[in-house]
Amino acid sequence: MNTQGNDTLVSVDGVEKIFHRGAEEIHVLSNLQLRVPSGEFLALMGPSGSGKSTLLNLIGGLDRPTRGTVSVAGERLDQLSDHRLAAWRARHVGFVFQLYNLMPMLTAERNVELPLLLTHLSKAERSQHVKAALAMVGLSHRERHYPRTLSGGEQQRVGIARGIVTDPTLLLCDEPTGDLDRKAGDEILNLLQGLNREHGKTIIMVTHDPHASARAARTVHLDKGQLSNEPVK
Amino acid sequence: MAGPINWLSQVGSITKFGLMSIPQRRGAATATIIGIAGVVAVLVGVLSIAAGFKQAMTVSGSPDAAIVLRSGADSEMVSGLGREATRVIADSPGVARTAQGPLASAELFVIINLPKRSTGTDANVPLRGVEAAALQVRDNVRIIQGRLFEWGKNEVIVGSGAAREFGGLDVGSTLKVGRYEWPIVGIFSANGGVSESEIWSDARVLQDAYNRGDSFQSVYVRLNSPGAFQAFKDSLTTNPQLSVKVVRQSEYYAEQSETITRLITTLGFLIAFLMAIGAVFGALNTMYSAVAARTREIATLRALGFGGGAVVVSLMIESLLLALAGGLLGGGLAYLAFNNFHTSTMNWQSFSQVTFAFRVTPELLVRGIAWSAMIGVIGGLFPAIRAARSPIAAALREL
Amino acid sequence: MKFLHLVWSNLRRKKLRTSLTLLSILVAFVLFGFLAAIKHALAGGVELAGADRLIVRHKVSIIQMLPESYKARMERIPGVVLATHQTWFGGIYQDPKNFFMQNPVVPEEFLAMHPELILAPGQKQAWLKSRTGAVVGRKTADRFHWKIGDRVPIQSTIWSKPDGSRVWEFDIVGIYDGKDKGTDTTALFFRYDYFDEVRRQSWGKGQVGWYTIRVKDPAQAADVAKRVDQEFENSSAETKTEPEGAFVQAWARQIGNIVMIVAAILGAVFFTILLVTGNTMAQAVRERTGELGVLKAIGFTNGQIVSLVLAEACLLTVLGGGLGLGLAWLVISRGDPTGGLLPMFFFPTRDLLIGLGISVVLGIVTGIFPAYQAMRLRVADALRRM
Repeated sequence: MNTQGNDTLVSVDGVEKIFHRGAEEIHVLSNLQLRVPSGEFLALMGPSGSGKSTLLNLIGGLDRPTRGTVSVAGERLDQLSDHRLAAWRARHVGFVFQLYNLMPMLTAERNVELPLLLTHLSKAERSQHVKAALAMVGLSHRERHYPRTLSGGEQQRVGIARGIVTDPTLLLCDEPTGDLDRKAGDEILNLLQGLNREHGKTIIMVTHDPHASARAARTVHLDKGQLSNEPVK
Repeated sequence: MAGPINWLSQVGSITKFGLMSIPQRRGAATATIIGIAGVVAVLVGVLSIAAGFKQAMTVSGSPDAAIVLRSGADSEMVSGLGREATRVIADSPGVARTAQGPLASAELFVIINLPKRSTGTDANVPLRGVEAAALQVRDNVRIIQGRLFEWGKNEVIVGSGAAREFGGLDVGSTLKVGRYEWPIVGIFSANGGVSESEIWSDARVLQDAYNRGDSFQSVYVRLNSPGAFQAFKDSLTTNPQLSVKVVRQSEYYAEQSETITRLITTLGFLIAFLMAIGAVFGALNTMYSAVAARTREIATLRALGFGGGAVVVSLMIESLLLALAGGLLGGGLAYLAFNNFHTSTMNWQSFSQVTFAFRVTPELLVRGIAWSAMIGVIGGLFPAIRAARSPIAAALREL
Repeated sequence: MKFLHLVWSNLRRKKLRTSLTLLSILVAFVLFGFLAAIKHALAGGVELAGADRLIVRHKVSIIQMLPESYKARMERIPGVVLATHQTWFGGIYQDPKNFFMQNPVVPEEFLAMHPELILAPGQKQAWLKSRTGAVVGRKTADRFHWKIGDRVPIQSTIWSKPDGSRVWEFDIVGIYDGKDKGTDTTALFFRYDYFDEVRRQSWGKGQVGWYTIRVKDPAQAADVAKRVDQEFENSSAETKTEPEGAFVQAWARQIGNIVMIVAAILGAVFFTILLVTGNTMAQAVRERTGELGVLKAIGFTNGQIVSLVLAEACLLTVLGGGLGLGLAWLVISRGDPTGGLLPMFFFPTRDLLIGLGISVVLGIVTGIFPAYQAMRLRVADALRRM
């Protein structure tokens, strides 16, 4: 596992993102620069509407910048086709969402298995990976449960297990504790911190909760489409 | 909070909310309406075939007319009567008479092959030899184009149905049968009855052409009154010189149409029944999703004090209205597509073609719409009950 | 196949909706099977017609008879291997509603001409020995519970005996089966020599209904037909000769354009089902926008998303279609629902396969639009709608 983390993993250069609402142009990000070294745990803070999620989507290959470049581990995401982007996401990135976004009709283990369906792993190998991921988040005993029978914190742990089951280069978390109470939120943050420290995962976490950002190694602030006082810590 | 007025206004307002929400689920609503329209169109369409065939057959026989065949024969095709027998029959009691003599026509019935216009393949077209009284023993036969054939000449007239369905039967052209040629001199109608499927000539001339000597296959008679039938029948069946079968024209044709009418009606109902089951599932689907989409709204109304019964009734009304819209659409489509659609089919008893038109009768339309209403009621009932039964508190929390 | 679980669990999410949709599809395919059987019963004889057989009938119409002497003349025509005749007997057993065909034939020629009718050798021998013997098809034998050795009275509407009676009695000496399941096994055949001797002197003696000819080479059938008709041109009984298939087809078309009517009904049925199923799929996809977004974020490609939706639609229609066709098969194999009017009532294998094909097509057609919508979802937007 890579624990030293000096080489740049994510680099965002001169990125601009414009949304159109009717004839109106909304500049969400403008001329934005960001570098994230491998192995870092970065918190991305900012008020709502500041473009945190948009930036996260760009880094995760869910969207393309209007201008500028986004590269992750040497791959220029802004230049990949939809199809290649999908394949890239499957290999390199894990997502954790605020509302967990689990498939309600699948059990915990089936939810975690989803990204593995896109690999060439055999059924037995998939099951092994799923077990390992669920063990890592401490939910081995809940593998046959459906999301609706799990607590919010447990659901989010399933979400994290799904995010790391392919051993991605990058884990992107969008307000992972936003819908949880303090205690459950702390458990999730402990888990993320552990993943970063003990397993060397590079994590970018969007949050507006200072309590959460305090757990990150570095925090950047996004306001009016610009990153400010970087680094803050 | 009772009182029928209050209750009715509850039903009214819930129904109104429901109908107003239809545009939001127009996909499901359209699928239901068109699904039910399909059922009704097929039901009415298939039954209109049977209705049309039956009408062609039954319009032909009036109650004061009778047919005499050889005993044991179930149709003219296999019947045979000598000249002497036909005379005895014509002179029997009960037969109406005019200055020209008894209203009785001894007839010959054979089949010739002619191509069906629609398919180009050969069909069995009836060729009938008649006597002078033929036009009086049947109702409504009249020449609509050209003239009647001259008695004793090789000429024929053609029924309007036959002229429409089979090739080469226009006035002025010539019908070739074996080595004989028959100029076509006229076209006649018979108010949609079976005669319209036939080609007519002078019986004497046809006897010669078919080497039939002086024999016939049937005698058509007009009686003094419908009540004269029994006496007429008895006088013939008790006559030791004769071995004949006497039937009213109306019964004769009704019997001939029975097989096909039964076949089409059985199959039509079966098909429509299966389709209706399918449509009930479709309607259930729509109404369940309507109820699901409005769970919170219905729960809110009930929390405000609207009664469960009112909810059920108004949901049923909504389903019924959707179904009736489908029923009307389907009935209308069937009417436009099938009413008066001309075709011909085989009458197995006479082994020959009968031309007829599909009939979408008011009765069929009513039946179709009744089916649609039934589908609507069944499709609405279960979802409505579910809506009325769901616990208000849980439903309010949803979404 | 590893995605099957995902597809399946999607269908199970709204069990009620899935079941209702499944049932309407099922009903459509029961109807499909049923109509296929009806169509086949009314118009399907064409496929079973022998390619090397011609039917010769009187030119004016089939009710006019042909001389028995034509047989020898036909067999002298080059290209003709065998000629044999049948005559319409028009009999009634007990009730006119119990319709089935009974024809007098010359046994050996007749059996040689119709290899699709299978009669045990012993029964054939018995038939050759018994003048009043008759063989009957399995279906009719079962229907009236006739056994070999039974004597059955049949009243002819056409032919009378010297004593004026029209009731003929035949001894059942054999029961034949059909080679294919589509072979008509409702007819009764009895001996022409017995028939010709007994029918009343005054009418019809030496006259037969129609001939069946076997040609040496099916490719020459049209030429042979022409030669047959030329042979009897300008005689008192001119002929019209055509391949058995064309004859059967013309016969079916006399009933009406069954194929068109069946197609129209099925069109209405499937259009309806298309709407119902399409609507279900569209609803299913609309509800799942957010989940589809998650799948895309995880790395599912557009192609995979489209496949998932299509697979779901197809699973639904193929399941419904398969069950419906199976049910239709069960119902149809219980036999003719009209009680004797449709002697060849069965579910043709070809239509079974066509039905399965249609169920797949139905799935694709109903799934394609929702699949396209799912594909076009932008991940970032979709995730917001979770």
